[in-house]
Amino acid sequence: MSLQVENLTVYYQTLRGDVQALESATFTVADGEIMGLAGESGCGKTTLAHSLIRLTPPMRFVEGRVELDDEELPVWDMERMNDFRFKKISIIPQYAMNAMNPTRKIGKMTSELLESRKVDFKATLPELKRRLNLVELSHDVLNMYPIELSGGMKQRMVMVLSTLMNPSLLIADEVTSALDVSSQKAVVEMLVGFRDRGFVKSLIVITHDISILYQIADSIMIMYAGQLAEKASTEVIIHAPRHPYTKLLIASLPKVGVKYSEKRLTGIPGSPPLLLDPPIGCRFRERCPVAFEKCLDVPPFIEIEKDHFVACWKEFEKNAQA
Amino acid sequence: MRRYFGRKLLIYILTFFLAVTIDWLIPRFMPGNPVQTMLSRAALRAEAVEVMYGYYTRAFGLDVPIWQQYLNFWNALFHGDLGTSVYMFPQPVTKVIMRAVPYDIFLLLPAILLSWYAGNHFGAFAARTKWLDNTILPVGYILTATPYMWLGILLAWVFGIVLGVFPIAGAYSFALRPHLSWTFIRSVLHHWFLPFASLFLVMFGGWAIGMRNMIIYELEADYSHYLEALGAPRRLVRKYAFRNAILPQITGLALQLGVIAAGALVTEVVFSYPGIGYLILAAIQNQDYFLIQGCFLFIIIGVLLANFAIDIAYVIVDPRTRLGMTGEAA
Ligand SMILES: Nc1ncnc2c1ncn2[C@@H]1O[C@H](COP(=O)(O)OP(=O)(O)OP(=O)(O)O)[C@@H](O)[C@H]1O
Ligand code: SF4
Ligand SMILES: [Mg+2]
Repeated sequence: MSLQVENLTVYYQTLRGDVQALESATFTVADGEIMGLAGESGCGKTTLAHSLIRLTPPMRFVEGRVELDDEELPVWDMERMNDFRFKKISIIPQYAMNAMNPTRKIGKMTSELLESRKVDFKATLPELKRRLNLVELSHDVLNMYPIELSGGMKQRMVMVLSTLMNPSLLIADEVTSALDVSSQKAVVEMLVGFRDRGFVKSLIVITHDISILYQIADSIMIMYAGQLAEKASTEVIIHAPRHPYTKLLIASLPKVGVKYSEKRLTGIPGSPPLLLDPPIGCRFRERCPVAFEKCLDVPPFIEIEKDHFVACWKEFEKNAQA
Repeated sequence: MRRYFGRKLLIYILTFFLAVTIDWLIPRFMPGNPVQTMLSRAALRAEAVEVMYGYYTRAFGLDVPIWQQYLNFWNALFHGDLGTSVYMFPQPVTKVIMRAVPYDIFLLLPAILLSWYAGNHFGAFAARTKWLDNTILPVGYILTATPYMWLGILLAWVFGIVLGVFPIAGAYSFALRPHLSWTFIRSVLHHWFLPFASLFLVMFGGWAIGMRNMIIYELEADYSHYLEALGAPRRLVRKYAFRNAILPQITGLALQLGVIAAGALVTEVVFSYPGIGYLILAAIQNQDYFLIQGCFLFIIIGVLLANFAIDIAYVIVDPRTRLGMTGEAA
């Protein structure tokens, strides 16, 4: 198992109280797996990503355990995490367009970053250039400042940079949302290429755009309001979802299999609850068409079939009857 | 690049032209008559006054039509002639100003440069260092918030009068004539210290607080977070943040340097230090319009030069401006 997360709970501390943005997340990502992570805006996808790599205030680690390649990640310890960052776990942040220092040439920045991590830049340079070729960037970018690059180029540069140390796990947060459709496709295919070449072992791809996940993900995990709702293989999530939220979400999309990249996760009546004071029990309760009294308790995230996890009381009942 | 500087240069020339015109207008539209003022102090007989009045009006070039005066003014300006001082008649204004300038530079240049360097480094260091942030920074706030006049007088009083370790007037001992000797140099440094220290303290506080706030802002920028996410050590993250935070501080520095031309009015008054600031006060008190005009002109040139220096400095340190110059964005 590449990544194993247990009961990970992370809140944002604010003056008005804790924003409960990630509640008891328990899931695994296997070696070589590309896991898509989807859910409405504000459901906690970025929070989950940052919890795994850079947990800083106002984020507060409440509880949980994270293991990567059978080693525990001290996610709550900014300093100790440094040993793992970049080399074992890495991220393409949601803000990749502004991720590079505006006043340093990209090559210079890369070399300073590598040297600071005790990696020999000279020795790494040939590999860096090879990877620039792979993402179709000219070697000249190393002599440029970030503003000299287009959005797509910056995105690819950050992709190369983040994966340069061959991390076990790469989290790609909304790598496509700022790009036009054709560059989206290219970037996504490059990500898969990176996995296939072994630059990264496993991937978590965060997006609103399920059509992209349909193209590349082995599995999809759905979040709702800080809680995990469902995780299963891509085929199962798209064609045989079990969680009421996933069902509505998939149904709200145009026909499966055709392009629906423009469609976002909307079209479900009601809006997600505020995470400052979320409802008790299943947070989807208020919008759920099949909610019943049991839903006042938090449903656990349980494997109801092989590799198919769901957090829904209704589905547990059905499963028990079957 | 050429177009960028060409356009900038045009703006500077226009600004200079306008500022000089306003500068020329000031004495002519001010109440009172400088020649009259000067003569009234001489307490001459009435007929003598009339003769003298005619003589001085011609000497100052006030007897020709106003447009002619304006043209003459520009013409004289290009010959480095700013007229004759009334207050120090018959010395030329240029000479009076040039005598004051070295004191300004000697006082302000070290104060500005050292406080800038020390303040920025200290501010950057203090940012996010809890105990410093909680102890020394409040002191910085107090320093910058203190009316400078008050601080200057306090220093003069404590060190000059109570402790008596530093003199509080003049640029060197009144008993000495300027010459090159250790005694004289010691006297100059001795007189220089208090005005310097007061300026340094106040400016240091300002730079330190500015830098601290800038760094905190930069440490929350996306590029800082990305470096952290890739495990860059604190030292590198801060180094990058400093590099970006220093940009606005460079602007501040250049503006301050431009103001050297104006002297440090309050300091020079409090410590009777004979720089431009002191001169301006004397010129105003004596209604010496030509001297005021000369001082202002000098300040205009200083500020414009400083601004030009900022433009060039930015092109060197900030790639974003460099690129903007090729596009239309600039
Ligand atoms: N710095 C913060 N302080 C307080 N609350 C925050 C902060 N950052 C995020 N939140 C809250 O945490 C919740 C989850 O945010 P997060 O950014 O993880 O969502 P997301 O799923 O990544 O959304 P998006 O798809 O828009 O990127 C949101 O309700 C948000 O309001
Ligand atoms: S647990 Fe209850 S409220 Fe939540 S999705 Fe299932 S049925 Fe709906
Ligand atoms: Mg996000």
